Amino acid sequence: MAAPTPVGPPDRGASSVERRARPSTLDAPRSTLTPKARKRVLAALLFAASSVPALYLGWQFWRAWNYLPSDLGKDPVKGLEHATGETAIRFLVLTLAVTPLRQLTGWNWLAPFRRQLGLWMAFYATTHLATFYALDLEGNLGEVATEIVKRPYITVGFVAWLLLLPLVLTSTTASIRRLGGKRWNRLHQLTYVVVGLGMLHYFWSQKKDVTDPLLFAAVFAALFAWRGWRAWQKRGGAVVPTR
Amino acid sequence: MLIRRPDDIPASEITPEGVYRDRRRFLGAAGTLGLGLASGLIAPAALACAPGETGEANGEVERGQPALPDEPTPYETATTYNNFYEFGTDKEDPAANAGAFRTRPWSVVVEGLVKKPATYTLEDLLRGVGVVERTYRMRCVEAWSMVIPWMGVPLRDVLAKVEPLPSARFVEFTTLLDPRQMPGQRTAVLEWPYKEGLRLDEARHPLTLLATGMYGKTLPNQNGAPLRLVVPWKYGFKGVKSIVRIRLTERQPRTTWNDAAANEYGFYANVNPAVDHPRWSQARERRIGEFRRRPTLPFNGYADQVASLYAGMDLKANY
Repeated sequence: MAAPTPVGPPDRGASSVERRARPSTLDAPRSTLTPKARKRVLAALLFAASSVPALYLGWQFWRAWNYLPSDLGKDPVKGLEHATGETAIRFLVLTLAVTPLRQLTGWNWLAPFRRQLGLWMAFYATTHLATFYALDLEGNLGEVATEIVKRPYITVGFVAWLLLLPLVLTSTTASIRRLGGKRWNRLHQLTYVVVGLGMLHYFWSQKKDVTDPLLFAAVFAALFAWRGWRAWQKRGGAVVPTR
Repeated sequence: MLIRRPDDIPASEITPEGVYRDRRRFLGAAGTLGLGLASGLIAPAALACAPGETGEANGEVERGQPALPDEPTPYETATTYNNFYEFGTDKEDPAANAGAFRTRPWSVVVEGLVKKPATYTLEDLLRGVGVVERTYRMRCVEAWSMVIPWMGVPLRDVLAKVEPLPSARFVEFTTLLDPRQMPGQRTAVLEWPYKEGLRLDEARHPLTLLATGMYGKTLPNQNGAPLRLVVPWKYGFKGVKSIVRIRLTERQPRTTWNDAAANEYGFYANVNPAVDHPRWSQARERRIGEFRRRPTLPFNGYADQVASLYAGMDLKANY
């Protein structure tokens, strides 16, 4: 195996070795580009796709601001708050889906895009917080501090956002080298805490109807179940060599 | 400040003549009924509300508060942004799902501690009761608000027709239970049918309306047709919609949102900027159509008329 994929955890790299041996047609979309160029193109495509919600929401809010009909509803500040929060949760799902998808399909070319998806998640979570601060509370710092302290569901959401900061800061390849794969992995398991706190925040913010958070909870449960099953399999079977 | 000035609302609607005429009548009534309001009310009311001068919603803005304009919310907004869980939990659901709802024929059961319990057709219940027009602020417990020109009958006049017994102290209202027509009732998001209640003196307050219309039109289905409660000094969830049962009781009735989350939604539910919802502040509100929040007024700006109903009560405990 060449240099490990930047964000792919080393302990999973073991299984990716055997996957790598598969025919290249399954390994990545057929193309005449060099692997490096291909990765760049895919990264650019992912970037473009991930920015669509931001551009769309920005456009819709601009319309609402100018009293034009918008998809953000009659209370566009609330609408934007909900939409950015939900988009953050969606990107959290996508980020956590990369590894299971890779393991299920052997599409190891997906691995490097986990980082970009995670960063987009942090971006949308930040937009969500910024909407709350700048638009909902009209930029009143004292009030946002009071709300964070006073309202448990906002406290929980804010802590989840704070936990994203070390993850964003250590998302570089240099950070992975500096920390070492094992420690980096441990740190980035904070993502699971973010899922827990984020979902608690989501459930708690609902007035009564928890259908949407339940749907997301089911998806996260499936993603965690897959990880649990893999871990159990790994421990039980002697097939996978331990490092 | 960004305030949308809707062009489609005639100036005459902003301060409807009927509102003023009715207010004078109410002031007189309040005085003779000894509600103890008149002396404190007439002066500021006369100062603040020279007819045609301001756009206030039938309302005496709390003294000392800046008088922000209260222009009626555009009809299109008031009919597409609704909390009516019987037709779905999203704000847009009622407008989307209530179109085929049948409101005719409609009957209302009046029962409990009344002299004339009966099942009334809607027409019979309202016969002989004068229709009034009132433009009221509507403050949702979710910290948004609108201004809505209602048409309807004072609840007190309807109660007078059915004659509550002296033992009656509360009024309970029940919404229609019909999951075939009301898709929201097919899930247990709330305990159906929706129930709300008032103390009898609140029910008999001149501001309390049974609305049958708004914006000069028949009440749209998504707004609670054909008959809904409007209590302008209380949070919107007190305004029970599509009423089929009015029961006079001795004991405080159970109410739906209070049953669902007693720590969040009280029986009284008087608009009070000093008492937060556990998950958000009630100090300010966003008027739908505006981007900035405005201060929430005690009793939604109707304190002069209704505060005396709660004299001596701890409003923090009785939220």
